[in-house]
Amino acid sequence: MKKEKENIAMPETEEGTVLFNVPFPKDLKQLKGMSPIITLQHYGINYIHSYGQDSPFFAGLANGRLLGTRCTSCGYVHVTPKLHCQQCGGECEWMELPKEGRIHTFTVCYFGSEEFLKETPFMLVLVEFAGAKTLMLSRLLGVDPSKASVDLIGKRVKPRFKRNSKFKPTDVYFVLTE
Amino acid sequence: MRPVYMVSGGITKFAKAHPEMTFQLMVKKAYDYALADIGLTHREAVDAIDGVVASYFSDHFTRQLMAGIMVQDYLGLVPKPGHRVEGGGATGGICFQEAYKSVASGVMDVCVAYGFETMSHVNTWKGNEFIALASDVNFDYPVGGFYTGYYAMMVVRHMKEFGTKVEQMAMVSVKNHINAYHNPYAQKREQLTIEDVRNSPMVAWPLTRLDVCVMSDGAAVALLASEEGIRKLEKASGTRLRPVRVSGVGRGTDSMRMADRPHGKVILLPHESPDDYRGLDYPGIHSFRAGRMATKLAYDMAGIKDPLKDIDFVELHDAYTSSEIQTYEDMGLCRYGEGGKFVEAGNPFLPNIDYGLKLKKKGTIPVNPSGGLMACGHPVGATGLMQAVFAFWQVQHSIKKHFGNDLLQVRDAKRGAIHSHAGTGTYVTVSILEKA
Ligand SMILES: [Zn+2]
Repeated sequence: MKKEKENIAMPETEEGTVLFNVPFPKDLKQLKGMSPIITLQHYGINYIHSYGQDSPFFAGLANGRLLGTRCTSCGYVHVTPKLHCQQCGGECEWMELPKEGRIHTFTVCYFGSEEFLKETPFMLVLVEFAGAKTLMLSRLLGVDPSKASVDLIGKRVKPRFKRNSKFKPTDVYFVLTE
Repeated sequence: MRPVYMVSGGITKFAKAHPEMTFQLMVKKAYDYALADIGLTHREAVDAIDGVVASYFSDHFTRQLMAGIMVQDYLGLVPKPGHRVEGGGATGGICFQEAYKSVASGVMDVCVAYGFETMSHVNTWKGNEFIALASDVNFDYPVGGFYTGYYAMMVVRHMKEFGTKVEQMAMVSVKNHINAYHNPYAQKREQLTIEDVRNSPMVAWPLTRLDVCVMSDGAAVALLASEEGIRKLEKASGTRLRPVRVSGVGRGTDSMRMADRPHGKVILLPHESPDDYRGLDYPGIHSFRAGRMATKLAYDMAGIKDPLKDIDFVELHDAYTSSEIQTYEDMGLCRYGEGGKFVEAGNPFLPNIDYGLKLKKKGTIPVNPSGGLMACGHPVGATGLMQAVFAFWQVQHSIKKHFGNDLLQVRDAKRGAIHSHAGTGTYVTVSILEKA
């Protein structure tokens, strides 16, 4: 029931005016009525980030191979790798995942975090693989976002790999097989 | 362990931004309210309080490490013991329970739990990025980290498994917004219809902007005490307190990545049987095992056998309309899979409020009578404590005093449950407040 007129607004941006001073009252008692001073402050960092024991997963993506891990003591499959089993604590070995999976669930993001805003609308998908109970989060490409419906669940999908690896989980994405 | 009581609470109204206050003053306002409500001066409070627990979620939002102690010194409560807790969206709920433990263990007689968040310090999309950093930054965040997207995927699966409908989700939004219309502490006070919810901009299919809570600045404070602590406070203030007993606390966890959740058996509540869930893959991504675990522990401790009979209202973590439906099921208000029908029939609505909807079983067990996160706002570190304060006032039957009207007062409220929830269901707390 919002009125259309209420939605009219000049877009807010983050550039401000450089300000070197503000008016100041003679009477200090007036200071409690002062408006807050709001400034723009930047904060940026480069991290030297290691994938540690999970590094082979990203090496796999760079070489067009999709890897998970399998527990050497109970056989549990971790689609997104864990080097130690979340079921029994046993050590896992690397394995290649099947060449095809199915859509377990998905969404279309029309908004997002600042980093991904320029890519909207994009589709997120959780892919299930035969023989595994865990899932893989990825992007789904080649589906018209306006056709989003529960009927997409169960459809077959296959991985595709970026030619120039960025060593990120988006080096792989999924498309419909059918 | 000895009995623990909540004796007072305060909330600094949640708002899109509070540029006129730093986080210290934001907490101080809620703290002052809590003291004034039991007629305690600052001097008396400083003498009576044994220590504090601080709650805020994100070091990114504050861009200030050790913000907890900065609040504590502003309140004049140094050099007393204190620490900060962090557990995503459940930070406030965890804070409440840590204060509970401090008193139950005998370490403290009077403990202050305070929480805040300053989410207005970055724009909404950067804020979404900060929140999404609470997903695995190696495997999940870089794919398109966005919490509404994660919850959308959960509910799409819920729709597939159980036939849940978007209109049922919209009813949660209508309920919580219309409840909040009568709550002066709420950030959003709007009379909505199902059409309004469905016609608002799509955020992550099928969740629209009105299926999702907003970001806020705000603070909340809960004062907990032992019987000895109550005597101390009553002596100091010369007033008779109206304490509410914290009769149960439970907490559960699950793996960080929802994609990692294995399938096993449902953790059963006393009123359920294994036959209820034959063939159900659990928790999958449609249900929160952490929520069920927290519920079971809290119900067992408080002696709750059947929540519909034994609880009078629930304040739960409705960051999304879909997660409110999922949480009905985790908390055993209905069976797994029946959450959509549960709201459609009207069970979680207040019996005396007009929602413009035809509801067959209106008001069986009011859920989020305050308006929840959906409409009150969600300044993460304060949220779980806000729920405690609203529940405390409900059980105290003092809603009229604090809200200026008693439309949201649950009639005959003797026992309520509060539920605080993190991540994609990674940490969940449930606490029970009841008539002393
Ligand atoms: Zn194993």
